Amino acid sequence: MAYVAVKGGERAIDNAHAWLAEARRGAAAVPELGVEQIAAQLGRAVERVMAEGSLYDRELAALAIKQAQGDLIEAAFLLRAYRTTLPRFAASLPVDTGSMRPLRRISAIFKDLPGGQVLGPTTDYTHRLLDFALLAEARPPAAPEAAASDAATPRVHDILGAEGLIEADAPGSAEPFDLTRAPLGFPAGRDARLQALARGDEGFLLALGYATQRGYGNTHPFVGEIRMGEVAVEIEPPELGFAIEIGDLALTECQMVTQFAGSKTEPPQFTRGYGLAFGQSERKAMAMALVDRSLRAEELGEDATAPSQNVEFVLSHCDNIEATGFVEHLKLPHYVDFQSELETVRRMRGERGA
Amino acid sequence: MPNETDAGFATADRQHWMGVLARAGACALRQYLADAPALPPHTVLRGPEVGLAMVRGRAGGGGAPFNLGEMTVTRCTVRAGGFAGHAYRAGRDTEAAELAARLDAALQDPALRPALQASVIAPLAGVESARRDALARRAAATKVDFFTMATMRS
Repeated sequence: MAYVAVKGGERAIDNAHAWLAEARRGAAAVPELGVEQIAAQLGRAVERVMAEGSLYDRELAALAIKQAQGDLIEAAFLLRAYRTTLPRFAASLPVDTGSMRPLRRISAIFKDLPGGQVLGPTTDYTHRLLDFALLAEARPPAAPEAAASDAATPRVHDILGAEGLIEADAPGSAEPFDLTRAPLGFPAGRDARLQALARGDEGFLLALGYATQRGYGNTHPFVGEIRMGEVAVEIEPPELGFAIEIGDLALTECQMVTQFAGSKTEPPQFTRGYGLAFGQSERKAMAMALVDRSLRAEELGEDATAPSQNVEFVLSHCDNIEATGFVEHLKLPHYVDFQSELETVRRMRGERGA
Repeated sequence: MPNETDAGFATADRQHWMGVLARAGACALRQYLADAPALPPHTVLRGPEVGLAMVRGRAGGGGAPFNLGEMTVTRCTVRAGGFAGHAYRAGRDTEAAELAARLDAALQDPALRPALQASVIAPLAGVESARRDALARRAAATKVDFFTMATMRS
């Protein structure tokens, strides 16, 4: 690709930015949207931007949404750009989702799981009818409360795992791959895949996960468990020499369970796909778990025939910031490029006519 | 840092108060400090400065670690009354990070610790615990109580 410097657009660009700022604010008679309002009342959008921007900070994600006029990919892009301005102080100890304080925790395979099925603030059972009452400002009644128990909430796969019917987590303590520090290479390990999927576009992963259900790399999955809630984050600063908690993150975790016929080395059992996402992001965590399992085809000796089983295809295209950069760059001047193609087409037509 | 037997607190005690301080905003810290003995004068050694921590998860929940994504973190280190105080907290509240580092230094001082534990750490821990309990009670109200319909055929 060839670019030439094109001058002369400065004034037009300045004026376009001024108009953008005015359009962003909207009609002056309508109160301006506060970042606190976005953070508190558009939580799912904030969490999607944090996940795809790969930066957990509710206020900054809300600010990015306001600046981007609600364009969530643009907002994630703003977060990614911001993070490059900051030094990294530490990597956390791996969060222990088993000790999550669950606000929601369900299983589609065990009705009576220890700790119970807890629905949490879900939209699952709403009728998807527009609620016109929300056109007016109203304070909803306080949510009901009930006595909380301290009963443990073991992971569902630990229950099946006791019988050896489900694969155990493969241990490993190596320093994980970090795609913010090193370019993705192929074949990519599961650590690199999970990092890429965790910040991957929800729509892209949803479509790929859906495709696996429809037969393109069929895995016939079950939701072993979904849990959403707060998890403490610990770091171990060298100047202290011991671990400290630096706060809590809201996370959603999904364990998909898939029947596996077995291989030369493994008996028939259930295998698992894993999804973990910032915030209350259930669709994202589910889609990630489906695609994670699908990308394990080669490792499990399955035929890799579908796009969702192709590691390079999925990881190279799941990042919506890279994708939007490359698609949108087509808007930049390609005058010289196009001029040369135009001449080629003219020459070909001339040769054909001759 | 003086060693633990001399200092009169265990690492677990310090982990506890640092965890409590990490979750309290500058407003809350100032509020509880108002009723506490004055913090000793301090020198800032580092920060307060905003940066990142890479949050790690584990494949499958319990397997090999992977990088989930980053979070903003603010840290500060001070020296006060002969103690080095550190603070690391989620988010970008620099005022809270400096106050927390000063409190971490002061809490290592046996002369100040009991009063600060009582007037700052205990009430802040209470606020956090009440917040968690309120969420847990709301979650408990959404727990499904299955009941099985007895069939008439038996």
